[in-house]
Amino acid sequence: MSIFGKLTLESIPYHEPIIMVTLAAVAVIGIVIAGLITKYKKWNVLWNDWFTSVDHKRLGIMYIVLAMVMLIRGFSDAIMMRTQQALATNGAAGYLPPEHYDQIFTAHGVIMIIFMAMPFMIGLMNLVVPLQIGARDVAFPFLNNLSFWLTASGAVLINISLGLGEFAKTGWVAYPPLSELAFSPGVGVDYYIWALQISGIGTTLTGVNFIATVLKMRAPGMKLMQMPIFTWTCTWANILIVASFPILTALLAMLTLDRYMDFHFFTNAGGGNAMMYINLFWAWGHPEVYILILPAFGIFSEVISTFTSKRLFGYKSMVWASGAISILGFIVWLHHFFTMGSSANVNAFFGVMTMVIAVPTGVKLFNWLFTIYRGRLRVTVPVLWTLGFMTTFTIGGMTGVLLALPGADYVLHNSLFLIAHFHNTIVGGAVFGYLAGFAYWFPKAMGFTLNERLGKASFWCWQVGFYVAFMPLYVLGFLGMTRRISHTDNPDWNFWIYFAAVGAFIIFAGIVLQFVQLYVSFRDREQNLDTTGDPWNGHTLEWSTASPPQFYNFAVTPTVSDIDAFTDMKEKGIAYQRYAQYQPIHMPKNTACGVLIALALTAAGFAAVWHILWLAIAGLMGAFIVFLVRAYSNGHDYYVQGDEITAIETAHLDAVAKGAV
Amino acid sequence: MNMEIAMERMTQQVQSADPVEHHDSDDTKLFGFWLYLMTDCILFASVFATYAVLYMNTDGGVSGKDIFELNFVLVETLSLLFSSITFGFAFICAKRNKRIATLSWLLVTFALGCVFIGMEVYEFHHLIMAGHGPQRSAFLSSFFALVGLHGLHVTAGLIWMAIMMVEILKTGLNNRSITRLNCLSLFWHFLDIVWICVFTLVYLLGVIS
Repeated sequence: MSIFGKLTLESIPYHEPIIMVTLAAVAVIGIVIAGLITKYKKWNVLWNDWFTSVDHKRLGIMYIVLAMVMLIRGFSDAIMMRTQQALATNGAAGYLPPEHYDQIFTAHGVIMIIFMAMPFMIGLMNLVVPLQIGARDVAFPFLNNLSFWLTASGAVLINISLGLGEFAKTGWVAYPPLSELAFSPGVGVDYYIWALQISGIGTTLTGVNFIATVLKMRAPGMKLMQMPIFTWTCTWANILIVASFPILTALLAMLTLDRYMDFHFFTNAGGGNAMMYINLFWAWGHPEVYILILPAFGIFSEVISTFTSKRLFGYKSMVWASGAISILGFIVWLHHFFTMGSSANVNAFFGVMTMVIAVPTGVKLFNWLFTIYRGRLRVTVPVLWTLGFMTTFTIGGMTGVLLALPGADYVLHNSLFLIAHFHNTIVGGAVFGYLAGFAYWFPKAMGFTLNERLGKASFWCWQVGFYVAFMPLYVLGFLGMTRRISHTDNPDWNFWIYFAAVGAFIIFAGIVLQFVQLYVSFRDREQNLDTTGDPWNGHTLEWSTASPPQFYNFAVTPTVSDIDAFTDMKEKGIAYQRYAQYQPIHMPKNTACGVLIALALTAAGFAAVWHILWLAIAGLMGAFIVFLVRAYSNGHDYYVQGDEITAIETAHLDAVAKGAV
Repeated sequence: MNMEIAMERMTQQVQSADPVEHHDSDDTKLFGFWLYLMTDCILFASVFATYAVLYMNTDGGVSGKDIFELNFVLVETLSLLFSSITFGFAFICAKRNKRIATLSWLLVTFALGCVFIGMEVYEFHHLIMAGHGPQRSAFLSSFFALVGLHGLHVTAGLIWMAIMMVEILKTGLNNRSITRLNCLSLFWHFLDIVWICVFTLVYLLGVIS
């Protein structure tokens, strides 16, 4: 085998005009961005203050930037699918050949779940959780940086697949035997494996890190049942991460052995059992969707209680409902394959368990409603997202209960009804939640508020676009249209397919408006500065810091005696205390090790995809050596001196005093 | 409020020195490592589950009964179990700040670990040479994966132990090296527990059924 393994010039899909135009566009944008960074001499800032940063707030922002970039990629896939289906009715071929279409729907699923929703969620968690519990950082700041870069590494691999080789044509679940070498001999599934494997390890480390953070680093006085609700829902999500992501790791490793070393875990031959893959996949995959939704529930809770200026109704039931959802999330995985021949009793058990999840979810919904009841709801952008969620998600939840009936599932499985259902919950639940959180915490992260008008316009486009795009899919499901079809020949379906395509473009307008909103808000930032750090009259500790927060978060660790710790402080008149003198603060230094390890592992992953043995070994060794160097070097930390803290705190408190007048 | 009282209040409000370091403290590190071990536990559980599903799928080839040699595995098991005891001795010595004794016990532990891995490699080599490699059947695939996954962990533990020994030799027993030794100790005992499961569920049950 050659020095480049399976990689040849033929691996570049230059005969595919769509891909080549995309690549050219990406290259032009990349060059423009690099040019701008060079022009404004920002490379140093980018490297020293961001890439190598171990500050949870900066990592949070980088996660969200990654999520936005991948949202563009994932949404492009969505628009291509919708237009392809709209153009390929009545037996027409459309503009996407089937093997390209198959890669697009696979990439869309993988990107939206693993590289858009997950980084968005983890980004908000990074930004907010340490602040909410009054901590100066996470438990392991360097590990946090590494986790981010491992996620980015996976995203890089999946994007390389666009220009070198191909991506998987298997759907985002990559079920064997289709994903086995016999039926997917190309490199697509290998890109899938290594992108998920590397980023999955990063996610596992994040879970470990944040559980250690909330259990070990809460501010003095804060009991577990006084943690802000968003922190609680993130904690449940992290427990789910720690308990489920290793299953994915094992699963992908076994698929790797099947494909690379001719093992027989899931193959047709040799006694392999493909069902085992499907079981393990969903033993991870089902908790994964709760990992996505639980933090969103936390965001809605924060938003509703803040903007009604009330304490959240039923805090304890909210915490336990999240816990119940987390546990139930582990005993429902079989509902993803009711039709695969389990006995009626097994199907009945998983069906009932699935329906039971509606109970704690219902508890949450009523808690939100009761929080609004007799409150004075300020209808801001985050509140709009929350109200939109409450209606949309309820519909998605109900169609989910419908699908949980094994009998109904036999009719509806693998149809567009299913596609409509899970978009109804993931877009209407998780994504709406993240966008609510984005608008809610944006001033905290960046120091200025977002333009409300454009935010509302964007919301309405998303909301209307969502219904126009996905309600037709329910109808198409009932009409018998299955998922993953690149062209159709059934006149009954045509109207609804066109209808859905229109919806996709309305959502597209929403996304464009979101970016316009970012631009306009940035342009007008001087008028919208958040000088007090508390633009919404918030309840929890993150609002007690400046916007953006001081890099050490809290000059003095706060002492907590209430769930709504900051409201409590404001009421007692002990918020914004001035101190004559501050103790030095122990801080971690930035490090390039995370970037370097992830870079080496990206090279190793790329090498594994193309069977370039020497590069794979070099990559692994490189990562190991950097890790050792990091482990055996000293001086990872420093002290911020009291004078510097005094200067920063005085400036902040002066600004607060001025803002209050 | 006159100036004096104001000054007095301010001095009262000077925070007390915080003795707890806020990140990467040893206690938190140990807890984080323990959490990592739980994720590892689930990794093993997934592969155990796969073995449980696939162990009868011999595809006309050998089954566990035909290839497991209990006496051989017993020696393997004993060497690993004894290595856990000797690691315990090493850790007690480390706690008492006896550097040479710590190093000696670590060396014994290392040697016992090498015996275990050596025997496992021998067993694998022997099976592959006899035509019972992991490519032969789903049973053998899952057997090699499960036992191999444990073996890879032990190998990683051995590399870590070698590095630990160099560290203790060079910098002595300090906070950092003792915390790391503590983590390695958790790791090593954890692998012992996993091996007991492997020994019982794979080898013992394999020979019975």
